[in-house]
Amino acid sequence: MKTVISRSQVKGDFVNKVAEISGENFFDCYQCGNCSAGCPSVDEMDLLPSQVVRYLQLGLEEEVKNCKSMWVCAACMMCHARCPKGVDISKIMESLRVLRLREVGAEAHIDVTDFSEEYLARAPQIAMISGYRKFLPL
Amino acid sequence: MKYPYFPGCTLYTKAKKLDDAGRECSLKLGFELEELPDWTCCGATFPLVNDQHITMSGPTRILADTKDQGNDKLVTLCSVCFNVLKRTNNVMLNDEERRAKITDFIERDYHGEVEVLHYLQLLRDEIGFETLKEKVVKPLTGLKVACYYGCLLLRPVKEIGLDVMENPTIFEDFIRALGGEPVEFPYKVECCGAFQAVHSMDTATRCSRDILRSAKNNGADVVITTCPLCQFNLDDRQPEIQKSDTAFSSIPVVYFTQLLALALDLSADDLGFERNLIDPLPLLKEKGIVA
Amino acid sequence: MGEIVELTGLKDGEPVTCACALGDLSDFESVPVDRRVMVIGGGITGITSAIDLGNAGYQVMLVDRLPSVGGRMLQLSETFPTLDCAQCTLTPRTVESGQHPKVTLKTSCEVEELKGEPGDYRVRIRQKVTYVDWNKCTGCGTCIQKCPSQGVSLFERDAGRMTAIYTLSPQAVPNKPLIDVDRCRYLQLGKCGVCAKSCPVGAIDYEQEESFFEAQVGAIIVATGFDIYDWKNKMPEYGGGQITDVIDGLTMERYLSASGPTAGAVVRPSDGKVVKEIVFIQCVGSRNPEFHKSYCSRVCCMYTAKHARLYKHKVHDGQVYVFYIDIRSTGKGYEQFIQQSVSEEEIVYVRGRAARIYQEGEKIIVQGSDTLSGRKIEIAADMVVVAAAMVPNEGAQELADILGIKCNDDGFFLEDNYKLSPIETGGDGIYIAGCCQGIKDIADSSAQGSAAASKVQVFLSSVRRQNQEAV
Ligand SMILES: Cc1cc2nc3c(=O)[nH]c(=O)nc-3n(C[C@H](O)[C@H](O)[C@H](O)COP(=O)(O)OP(=O)(O)OC[C@H]3O[C@@H](n4cnc5c(N)ncnc54)[C@H](O)[C@@H]3O)c2cc1C
Ligand code: SF4
Ligand code: SF4
Ligand code: SF4
Ligand code: SF4
Repeated sequence: MKTVISRSQVKGDFVNKVAEISGENFFDCYQCGNCSAGCPSVDEMDLLPSQVVRYLQLGLEEEVKNCKSMWVCAACMMCHARCPKGVDISKIMESLRVLRLREVGAEAHIDVTDFSEEYLARAPQIAMISGYRKFLPL
Repeated sequence: MKYPYFPGCTLYTKAKKLDDAGRECSLKLGFELEELPDWTCCGATFPLVNDQHITMSGPTRILADTKDQGNDKLVTLCSVCFNVLKRTNNVMLNDEERRAKITDFIERDYHGEVEVLHYLQLLRDEIGFETLKEKVVKPLTGLKVACYYGCLLLRPVKEIGLDVMENPTIFEDFIRALGGEPVEFPYKVECCGAFQAVHSMDTATRCSRDILRSAKNNGADVVITTCPLCQFNLDDRQPEIQKSDTAFSSIPVVYFTQLLALALDLSADDLGFERNLIDPLPLLKEKGIVA
Repeated sequence: MGEIVELTGLKDGEPVTCACALGDLSDFESVPVDRRVMVIGGGITGITSAIDLGNAGYQVMLVDRLPSVGGRMLQLSETFPTLDCAQCTLTPRTVESGQHPKVTLKTSCEVEELKGEPGDYRVRIRQKVTYVDWNKCTGCGTCIQKCPSQGVSLFERDAGRMTAIYTLSPQAVPNKPLIDVDRCRYLQLGKCGVCAKSCPVGAIDYEQEESFFEAQVGAIIVATGFDIYDWKNKMPEYGGGQITDVIDGLTMERYLSASGPTAGAVVRPSDGKVVKEIVFIQCVGSRNPEFHKSYCSRVCCMYTAKHARLYKHKVHDGQVYVFYIDIRSTGKGYEQFIQQSVSEEEIVYVRGRAARIYQEGEKIIVQGSDTLSGRKIEIAADMVVVAAAMVPNEGAQELADILGIKCNDDGFFLEDNYKLSPIETGGDGIYIAGCCQGIKDIADSSAQGSAAASKVQVFLSSVRRQNQEAV
């Protein structure tokens, strides 16, 4: 798994954009892993929250763009609440999501027909509205 | 005393009972929740990226309306609305650039003048838990309550400022005032899976399972929440949890206003417990709280 | 030279009486002021300075606010990197400081006020009440054996208990007891008096009052050491002190110590069971600019490896896990110590912080992560040891104000120049050494202790030269 990294990769456009719209400096992170230790969604993630930041530090654009973790992040802000360096990964995850959803021809990540009518009848509006906002192309 | 009040969509429909009970209890406690006229949805998500302003226009309009009607406070019952309004208000207060963009767009003049309050905060800071205690007619004696905070009522702590992050106590103090017995459980500030309920169901199920197990292991009879989404996840996921964990026995999950209503002697018939998947009534009857 | 200052109730030149057995200052005052030095803080650093200066012919007054000298090192079990017994290494030095003809110990004493100028300081000292007349006391220990009132030990921390009349440790220097007012039944309730009845020489004095004296010295060394960060109150995510079997590293030292309350057995504080799964967490409260201390506490990587190793010496079939972020092992032989500990004892180093700890039944659940394998890690442990940050001792800022020295943002005494004059404080005649200047290990502490002693000699010899020229 050799990866060649370079200045242009570490400072790549995509990575810069994530930094810009999240407002977070990936280089604040010293990879202590506290975020991952408290994240409720890691079981469904392919990259730990700390690894997402790590990949961004290395400029591994493709891996980050295609990770599953951003989609299962619950925006619970536990990572930020405990980060010794004040890094807000909930913002980084959201940045990754919206950048994907803003792409031309972006796919929807939820389909209402997947849920039973009974389920939808019980689910509160806030679940649906925030679901749409997090998972449908903008 | 009247407080301007923002119910939000869910409390108008699926969480009507969180709302009803909240309003009725306020009358018993000597204040009134006055619903904002012509309110709209808060948007149910605070944008976590810097370049997305449009989703803040809704909550900003709500806040500007509140101000224009001569108010400096706005009360909410739902954790989601509370979080969205509070964080939006912080942007209006502290971020000149984004404020200018949004207020220009909605053509309103607003600078974060309104203080967004959660109902619990109102009880603690304006009514006082001591006064509340005095008003209790039917104390929740012997009821062991797991006070579940979840995420949005607390985080981000610096912005929300309702209580501390790791070991908040406002909810427990509230239950104590009602004569109930709060149980400490380590998962009280963990996430229930939130909107993953409409995306990654496994996440919501597992998160809910961990919270409920933790509450039960620490002796809770019932879990209370301020959030319709938490209530939904924690209540609705239970059959699914049981499928993978046969040892798991169910536990009712109710709104904090429902217990407040019972303590203030409002009728259980009006509290809409029939909406709960796990019926709290057998427990409440057993404990002598409901006849 | 500076004007003579009169302190209340004390005339210059008047013989000083004080409750301490070592209260006689005639030896100390037998030499000119430019040959007298005060060392504040009697840990390894201060003791080293004091003995060095004593050996060089200076009269030294070693002041400690605790009843006996030795500082934190006396609480340690064995010390890295050589694993020799801390008490065996230190006790000869504490004893030497107590017996050295040129060193006057002033324990249970605190600095109240500083007057004068470099080369001729006048330090007003408060001798705290001990309720025992140390001039009469022979140190027989009968009173301690008889005292019925027990409480958490200052020295053994959560690991052990002590009586209301106590010496800090069995090897205390001076080996004279004192009474903890808060715990003494006689002083609190007027009933008991067991120690007074049992003392063969009538040394107990419930009426004793605090006294003050003034010491005139040419220079001062400050070596007030460190304390442990208040993690119990500041870190609810680690149980906030409510989980009995979560202890800090200093308490662990007492469990590991052969002369400690468990005679070196590592057992759970809650039920006395032998610990089979033990988790250590490093950087607790350190390296955390957002919520706690931004600096690295420098010795915890090393002492955690030491704890892990000593634990394995006691519990051969136990499993050790260490949550760490980086390993800092830059001293001589330190890296080898770490590597040897890991391979010989098969310690599992988990690279990540632990986010939280909670009790579940008998077990303590530790949730952390391992950034190397990319896993969230959960361990059900019997006991957890947190390597809590080390902070300046309580009262450091007040002492700094009295002495006119500065502190950095974290409360450590500020040196003149970190690289070129790390012992100097900017003003002449007052020097800092050891952990009060910044966290360091014993080797560096004693090096600074000696460095401070030599700086004092350089300074005082220049004072003497000036004085001679003036004459
Ligand atoms: C758990 C743990 C394990 C350790 N293990 C090792 C090890 O194995 N090897 C190693 O090299 N290092 C170890 N260390 C580090 C070692 O403890 C320190 O390097 C050493 O104790 C520092 O000595 P000191 O004299 O500077 O401070 P201290 O030992 O703290 O002594 C300071 C003295 O000053 C006194 N004092 C404080 N304030 C005042 C005041 N205002 N007035 C008068 N007196 C005052 C105190 O009572 C105390 O006696 C360990 C540290 C910890 C926490
Ligand atoms: S907690 Fe903060 S510093 Fe630690 S790995 Fe996560 S983002 Fe980085
Ligand atoms: S905000 Fe997302 S990444 Fe952070 S802890 Fe919550 S689920 Fe995990
Ligand atoms: S019994 Fe008296 S002489 Fe013996 S240690 Fe106690 S005070 Fe000192
Ligand atoms: S010495 Fe090691 S354990 Fe201690 S704060 Fe520094 S890195 Fe962390």
